Amino acid sequence: MTVLIKNGTVIDPANNINTAKDILIIKGIIKSIEPPGKLDTVNLNNPQIIDAKGCIVCPGLIDMHVHFREPGFEYKETIESGCQSAAAGGFTSVAVMPNTNPVNDNRSVTELILSLAKSKGGIKVHPIGAITQGLAGKRLSEMADLRDAGAIAFSDDGCPVMNSELMRRAFEYSKMFNLPLIQHSEMLDLTEGGCMNEGAVSTELGLKGMPTEAEDIMVYRDIALLEKTGGRLHVAHISSGNSVDLVRHAKAKGLPVTCEVAPHHFTLTDEAVRGYDTNTKMSPPLRSNKDIEKIKEGLKDGTIDIIATDHAPHDITDKQVEYQNACFGIVGLETALPLFLKLVDEKILSMSDAIRKLTATPAQIFNLDAGNLSIGKEADVLIFNPDIKYSIDVSKFHSKSKNSPFDGWKVKGKVFHTLARGKIVYTDPDL
Amino acid sequence: MIIPKNILGTKGLSKEEIVTILDSAEAFKEISTREIKKVPTLRGRTIINLFFEPSTRTRTSFEIAGKRLSADVINISGSTSSTVKGENLIDMALNLEAMNPDLMIIRHSHSGVAEMLSKFIKCPIINAGDGHHEHPTQALLDLYTIREAIGDLHGLNVTIVGDITHSRVVRSNIYAMKTMGINVTLVGPPTMIPLGIENMGVHVSYSLEDAVLDADVIMMLRLQTERQNEFLLPSIREYSNLFCLTTKILKRSKDDVLIIHPGPVNRGIEITLDVMKSDKSFILNQVTNGVAIRMALMYLLLGGNNDSLN
Amino acid sequence: MNSVVLNEKDISRAITRITHEILEKNKGAENVAIVGIRTRGVTLAKRIHKKINEIEGIEVDFGILDITLYRDDLAIGKQNPIVEKTHLPFHLEGKQVILIDDVLFTGRTIRAAIDALIDFGRPATVQLGVLIDRGHRELPIRPDYVGKNIPTAKTNRVQVRMLEDDSMDEVCIIDSSNSMDK
Repeated sequence: MTVLIKNGTVIDPANNINTAKDILIIKGIIKSIEPPGKLDTVNLNNPQIIDAKGCIVCPGLIDMHVHFREPGFEYKETIESGCQSAAAGGFTSVAVMPNTNPVNDNRSVTELILSLAKSKGGIKVHPIGAITQGLAGKRLSEMADLRDAGAIAFSDDGCPVMNSELMRRAFEYSKMFNLPLIQHSEMLDLTEGGCMNEGAVSTELGLKGMPTEAEDIMVYRDIALLEKTGGRLHVAHISSGNSVDLVRHAKAKGLPVTCEVAPHHFTLTDEAVRGYDTNTKMSPPLRSNKDIEKIKEGLKDGTIDIIATDHAPHDITDKQVEYQNACFGIVGLETALPLFLKLVDEKILSMSDAIRKLTATPAQIFNLDAGNLSIGKEADVLIFNPDIKYSIDVSKFHSKSKNSPFDGWKVKGKVFHTLARGKIVYTDPDL
Repeated sequence: MIIPKNILGTKGLSKEEIVTILDSAEAFKEISTREIKKVPTLRGRTIINLFFEPSTRTRTSFEIAGKRLSADVINISGSTSSTVKGENLIDMALNLEAMNPDLMIIRHSHSGVAEMLSKFIKCPIINAGDGHHEHPTQALLDLYTIREAIGDLHGLNVTIVGDITHSRVVRSNIYAMKTMGINVTLVGPPTMIPLGIENMGVHVSYSLEDAVLDADVIMMLRLQTERQNEFLLPSIREYSNLFCLTTKILKRSKDDVLIIHPGPVNRGIEITLDVMKSDKSFILNQVTNGVAIRMALMYLLLGGNNDSLN
Repeated sequence: MNSVVLNEKDISRAITRITHEILEKNKGAENVAIVGIRTRGVTLAKRIHKKINEIEGIEVDFGILDITLYRDDLAIGKQNPIVEKTHLPFHLEGKQVILIDDVLFTGRTIRAAIDALIDFGRPATVQLGVLIDRGHRELPIRPDYVGKNIPTAKTNRVQVRMLEDDSMDEVCIIDSSNSMDK
């Protein structure tokens, strides 16, 4: 099978390419990239031609933070539906968090995820193993076995590791594998019963707040532990401006700390909670304008390495409830592209830097063989039009769940085609 | 003047709307003084009191208000502890609505529930208290009581004392009082004054002794005694020492100061018995006026053809 | 087109006559109570009350009825009218209650007024005095005292203005075929 992508602007930050090029893919492998019209197509056997006029052609996006809910919560999402959602959002590699049922704290769950991904996924799925058994924060999980089965990092996402001694040991133990520990940074004793950012809005709405300090304290604790023990820390979905400063400071010291931000945390503030729409409830919560400013600063100066969606599908039965009782989280894969393109529009990031934070950098941090358009590599490619305007319609999401606060938003930038391993896994139905 | 379809809070009520409600309540108060305390106004109308949180006073007040207007009032109490999944809540409301009530009165221990349900059901809703968010009828009856006792509301100084964080009465009163041109001072231990409350246009003080000096009205809040377990207070005793309204503290205030309390009162914790029984205390007037305010709202909300209001 | 049917003097004469008729029929002012129906009825009732005092030298009981809550058309209107206080500061038992209103038309207001009155007690009699009877009754109600009978078309509007409320005494008919009130 041969695919020819013509007339597009290729942006491949890993290879410093940002110019008009045609791409030839043969048998799933990138065969050649040449200036427009320069490809030798004479001997091609009936190639499939994709006209990428007006589009940007870049490596398929990488999302290092998703929840695909399988096994255990298939009514919210499955690996199959999650992968479809990812493809529709332009993602060709995702890393799935271990808070499934059973928890991905052992080889058999990791293998199950990988086998489901292989048979039904279409895109690349990388399991993240649990730091502690059952996410219970009591005993380390068998990290070596998980690594051997295919885990690419460890995290107790959603259940922060509260015990500092245990976290210290986790850093130490994981040094053997050189895999990062991803922390959902939240001091739970400061956020108990909370359901939104603490501030003037939570005060008005009468909802218990979750202060930014809850995040800052754990980010700093982990940095402090790391400084002595070594190991690698990746701060998940940073939301507090002060935490951005802490990470910047740690990086300046040369510590192996990286961090990510979710699109909603640089797009919405806690003002969105007015009206009690439970699709504005996530953890960490939507913060203030001040935090957003700091996050944008962090994106700009590189403190924040990557963008990850924290795609957290929840069924309507888990969301159509009292705000206090609603599950935390929103789906993010199918709204990520237009939201990060807003950063480009606002001149926070160049197009190339924005794409880098969703391709080359996550691949580098998590040591994935992806995120570039190098010749000879598997062709994971995203073709999107950055100028198309449309309204987000959750009913058209490929995810099983529709919990997004962005329904009805008028946005710019649309995925036209997603190719994984050289196969078209998504084409915009409006084309 | 169009009264909104639902009364979810005092936030957003205009001065004109508040005045209409208070004026109407005056007429309705008279009905409760008659020998036959009933008018046929809402004959054939059905009002559902849907209370997910225990309440004697408020539920009874709404029930009496409805019955004095000849409406059929049905009381339903749900428990929130057993319905962790709120789908039951919405289903329950939809089921009740299918029986064609004309008005639902909703109380729930979680903030935002009345507003959420208003998005699912068409029948008018009065919020009888949602979590720590709003309790509009209480604020309106407080304003009524103050206006009845003092007269013009504009420019009055009201001091509210107690657990501000967990009080829906405070939030509703702040919105309504600011709309009516009242100066509001909040007093309590800093552990019970939430972050950013100054944004609502109020003053904050930690000293009851100072805050009573200029007050025309002192509103004492009920201390929920279980709050001791949440690191908010060292003890009830110390709270009382600092924030209990006593005769001694009252000597510092104006002679004609008005004392109100949304009830139920913890005697001796936030207010002493002699202060509670003094002629400055209008706590029982509040209860009487509560019925009138609720009758007025029922009349104004159910008046006429609701379709024309949507 | 407006036409004046009663001027200030006409109104004054009508009130005097009605007052005399009330006193004649009830053999004096003993046990008579004057009750005005909001809003213009109250003004009229006050004048009659004063007149009785001038003639008989006694202050008879006086009350005010707001019949809004007893209306039978509440569900039809767009927004409920503002309710005002009813004020009946005396016992009705054994009283000759004279209900006073400005214009008698369909009779529905009077029906509501009687219902309201009965909720307060059991008067010996209820009598009705109006300044204008314009016909078109929809209920079996008949006035005991009438200032003036004025035949009207149903689409006419009868406007009663009283000095106390409107800075002049006057009754006129307004021909507005699209208005249905009064």
